[in-house]
Amino acid sequence: MDTALLTENAVALLPEIVLAAGVMVLMIVDILRREQNGASSLAGLSIAILLLGIGASLFIWGRPPTEYMEGAVSDGFALSVRLVVLIAGVLGVLLSRNYLPAIERQGGAFYSLQLLAVIGMMLMGTATNLIVLFIALEIFSLALYILSGFYRESPRSIEAAMKYFLLGAFASTFFVYGSALLYGAGGSAHYARIHESLSAGTGNPSLVLPGIALLLVGFGFKVSLVPFHMWTPDVYQGAPTPVTAFMSVGTKAAAFAGFFRLMMTALPSYQSQWALPLAILAVLTMTVGNLTALRQSSVKRMLAYSSVAHAGYILIALVAGTASASSAALFYLFTYAFMNVGAFAVIVAFEKRGGNENDVEQSELAGIADSSPALAAAMAVFMLSLSGIPPLAGFFGKFMVFKAAVEAGWAWLVVIGVLNSAVSAYYYLRVVVAMYFQQAEEGGKVQEPGALPASRSPQFVVTVAAVAVVAIGLQPGLWVDLMRGLGQ
Amino acid sequence: MLSVLTFLPLVGAVVVLLAPSDSLKRWLAFGATIATFVVSLLLLPGWQEIPDMQFVERYEWMPGSNIHYHLGVDGISLWLVLLTTLLMPIAVAFSNQHVKQNIGGYLALMLMMETAVLGVFLALDLVLFYVFWEFSLIPMAFLIGKWGSENRIYAAIKFFLYTLAGSALMLVAILALYFHGGTFDLLALQEAGLPPGLQQLAFLAFALAFAIKVPLFPFHTWLPDAHVEAPTAGSVILAGVLLKLGTYGFLRFALPLFPVAVSNYASLISVLAIVGILYGALVALAQRDLKSLVAYSSVAHMGFIVLGIFALNEQGISGAVLQMVNHGLSTGALFLMVGMLYERRHTRLMEDYGGLWASVPVFCFFFLVVAMSSAGLPGLNGFVGEFTILLGTYKSSPVFAVLGTAGVILAAWYLLHAFRQVAQGKLTNPANFRDKLPDLNWGEIGQLLPLVLLFFAIGLAPNFLLDKINPSVAALEVVQTPVVAEERLVDFSNQPPFTSDNNPMTTVD
Repeated sequence: MDTALLTENAVALLPEIVLAAGVMVLMIVDILRREQNGASSLAGLSIAILLLGIGASLFIWGRPPTEYMEGAVSDGFALSVRLVVLIAGVLGVLLSRNYLPAIERQGGAFYSLQLLAVIGMMLMGTATNLIVLFIALEIFSLALYILSGFYRESPRSIEAAMKYFLLGAFASTFFVYGSALLYGAGGSAHYARIHESLSAGTGNPSLVLPGIALLLVGFGFKVSLVPFHMWTPDVYQGAPTPVTAFMSVGTKAAAFAGFFRLMMTALPSYQSQWALPLAILAVLTMTVGNLTALRQSSVKRMLAYSSVAHAGYILIALVAGTASASSAALFYLFTYAFMNVGAFAVIVAFEKRGGNENDVEQSELAGIADSSPALAAAMAVFMLSLSGIPPLAGFFGKFMVFKAAVEAGWAWLVVIGVLNSAVSAYYYLRVVVAMYFQQAEEGGKVQEPGALPASRSPQFVVTVAAVAVVAIGLQPGLWVDLMRGLGQ
Repeated sequence: MLSVLTFLPLVGAVVVLLAPSDSLKRWLAFGATIATFVVSLLLLPGWQEIPDMQFVERYEWMPGSNIHYHLGVDGISLWLVLLTTLLMPIAVAFSNQHVKQNIGGYLALMLMMETAVLGVFLALDLVLFYVFWEFSLIPMAFLIGKWGSENRIYAAIKFFLYTLAGSALMLVAILALYFHGGTFDLLALQEAGLPPGLQQLAFLAFALAFAIKVPLFPFHTWLPDAHVEAPTAGSVILAGVLLKLGTYGFLRFALPLFPVAVSNYASLISVLAIVGILYGALVALAQRDLKSLVAYSSVAHMGFIVLGIFALNEQGISGAVLQMVNHGLSTGALFLMVGMLYERRHTRLMEDYGGLWASVPVFCFFFLVVAMSSAGLPGLNGFVGEFTILLGTYKSSPVFAVLGTAGVILAAWYLLHAFRQVAQGKLTNPANFRDKLPDLNWGEIGQLLPLVLLFFAIGLAPNFLLDKINPSVAALEVVQTPVVAEERLVDFSNQPPFTSDNNPMTTVD
C-alpha cells in the first residue's frame, strides 16, 4: 500500500495516535521499572498520556473536518466525544490509584487496558464506517471485560466480568449481524455511501430495518437500554468502583456517539421509521430504570439503575435526531461525566474493601454529614445534579436535551421525561436524607481501607467534579458551545 | 442593583460557612440580611409610579439558546421583595436566639433561601425564573429535614417531591413557549401573544406548579406537614414568603402570558379558592395544636389571595398583592409567636396553656394584635387587603364574594378561639405560672415590633403601598380588556373604560 495514503490526513486521528503510542511506552516502563509493590508512577504516567491526548484534541480543535481513509472523521462532534471520554479517563485513573492490591501488582496491565478502552471509545465517536465502528466497539469492550474482573479476591467481581463478557459477546454478534445486513442494504460499509445508495434507490431497502433492529440490540446493550440492561446492576456493583465510574460514563458517551453518527449520517432517510421505536424504548428505559432504582439499598446498584434511566433521557435526543439534539446529548454526557464519576468517587472514599465487599449500603451513609461534611456536601451536589435540580450541571444537560426534543416535535416524550425526572428525585434524595437527616448507627461505621496506604485521590476527584458540576450550572452557556453536534 | 440585592445573601452564606466561631456566624448572618434589607430599601427613593419594569438588568447567559440573565422589578414584585428582605433578618434573629445545633449550616441555608426567593421575584426570563424556583426547594427541604421536629424527614421529603413534581410540567410548558416564540424572555413573549390552544395547555402546566406552591385546595396536603415539622424560622419564611411564590407566579406569568386560558379557568380556580378558604378555616377551627391551626389558616388566607387574583379586575388583583404582603407579615408574626411559646414550654397544644394573660401579659398583648391583624380587624393591615379583594370579587361575582366573607367570619372565630384558649380563662397549669414562664425579652419584642408597627401603618395608610402597586396591575391585559364571560360581569358601572376597539362591550357604557 502507498505510504502516502497512510499518512495523509492522519492528523485527524492525532489524539488516538498519541494514546496508542502512550500505551506502548507505558508497557515498556512497566517492564523496566524497579518498584515492585505499588504502581503510582504508572498512574501518573497514564494521566500524563491522557492529558497529552486532551492536548492533541485541543490542537486539532477548530480545524475543518478531515476524514482518514474513509473510516474515521475528525469533526466537532468527534472532538467533543474525545473530550468527554478523556475526562472520564483521567478521573477514572485518578480513582484507581492505590485502590486495590491487584492494581498495584499489575499496574501495567490495568492502566494500559484503561488507556486502550479510552482509545476505543474515542474511535467510536470518529467512526464513519461499519468496520471501524465494530473494531472500536470491541477495543473498548474487551478492555472493560477484563477491567471489571480485576478485583480478583471478590467472587462478585469475577461474576461481573464473566457476565459482562458473555452477554457482551452475545450482543456483539447481533451487532455484526446488523452491520452485515446494512452492508448488504447499502452496498458499502461507509456511512455516506450507504446513505447515497439508499436514497438513490440502488440499494436493497428491505434489509435496512432488520439491520437497524439488530444493531439496536448491540448498542442497546452497551448503553443499557431496557430490555438490554439486565447486566448493568451486577457489573456495576461487582466491578472495582473506579472501573465502574469510568465505564458508566465512557461507554455511554462512546456508544451513543457511534449510534448518533450511524443513524444520522447513514440512515437519516429512515428516521420516520426508527424514531418511534426508539421513543418507545426511551420511555421504557427511563421508567423501568427509575422505578427499579427506587427499590435499591446498595448505592452502586442504585447508581446502576440510575444510569439506565439516564440512557433513556439521552435516547430522547437521538429520537429528536437533529444536529442540535446531538450536541445536547454530548452536553448531557459532559455533565454526566462529572456528576456520575463524582458520585462513584464518593463511594470509593467510603466503601469497605476486602472480602466480598466493594460497595456502600445507603444505611451506611447515615450521618456522614457530621463526620465528613465536605464529602457529604459534594455527594449532595452530585445527587441533586443527577436528579436535575437547577442550578447544577445536570439540570442544564436535561434542559438542552428536552429543548431539542420539543423543537423536533416530541413534546409528549419530554412530558414523560420530566415526570420520570421527578420520580428519580426520590431515590437521589434518599441518599441526601441518609447523609444529612439520619444519625449514624453504632457499629455500622464505614471503615478505612486497611491494607493500602490511604489515598487522597478520591477526595481530589470529588473536589474537581463538584466544582465542575457547580461551575457548569452557573455558566452553562460557556460549556454548551464546547459540545458540537453532528454537522455543526 | 438588583443583582447585588439578589446575591448579597448568597455571599453572606459563603462568609457564614467560612466564619470561625458560632457567635461570629450569627452576627454575620444577621448583618447580611440587614444589609440586604437596606439595599432593597434603596429601591424606594428612585421609584417611579409607572407600570413598566424598573432597575432592569439584562445580560446574555446562554447565548446559543437565547437565554438571558434578565432581572427587573415592578409594582407587583416591589413589596414582595421588601417583605422578603424584612422577614429574613427577623427570622435570622429568632434563630440566633434559639437554634443551637449546627448554626452555621442553618444560617447559610436561610441566606441561600433568600437569594432563591428574591431571584424568583425578580427574574424576567423563564429559564432564570425556573432555576430560582426549583433552587428554592433545596434550602427549605434541608431546613425542615435537619432542624425540624419528630416527623421531619417525612415532611421534608413530601415537601420536596410534591413541589418538584408539580413544577416538572412547567418546564415542558416553558419549552413549548420557547418553541412557539423563539425566546424565553417574559416581556417579549407577552408582547408576541400566544395562540389560544397553546395557552390552555401551558396555563394548566403553570397553574399546577403555582397551585401546589400556594397551596390551593386540593393540593395543600404538603403544607400542614411542612409547617408543623419545620423549625420556627423555617415556618416564618415558608408561610411569609415561599407561599407567595405561587400567587406571584399566577400574577407574573399566568395572567400576562395566558389571558384567554385564565379567563376560561377563572371560575374553576375561584371555586377551588373558596373551597380552600372554607375548608382551611373549618379545619383550623378543629385543631388542638397551635402551629397546625396557623398552618391551616394559611390555606384559607392564601385562598383569599387567589380569589382576588382571579376576580380579574384592578381591585381584586391590587388587593391580592397587598394581601400577600399582609399575610406574610401577620402569619410570619403568628409563627414567630408560636415559636416563642414553644421554646419556653416545648408544647404546642392549646390545652396546655390558658390564662397566660396573668403570667405573660406582654406576650398576650402582641398575640392579640397579631391575631386581630390576621383576622382582618379594621384599622389593621389585614382588613384593607381582604376588603379590597372582596370588593373586586363582588364586581366579578357576588356569590363568590358572599362565600368569601363567610371565610372572614370563620377566621375571626378560630383566631379568637385560639386566643381565648391560650391567653384567657383561669391560669391553672402550674408550668405556666409567672415564675416558670418568662415573658418576652427585649430581643423578642424587637423581632415583633417592626411587624406590629407595619400592621398599623398599612392599616391606616394603605395607599402608600397601593399607589405603587396599582399602575402595574392596571397595565395587565386581563384587567384592561376583560375577556371574562358575560354573566360574570354584573356591575358595569365601575369598570375602567375599555380600550380595545374590537371589544363588543364598548357600546355598553
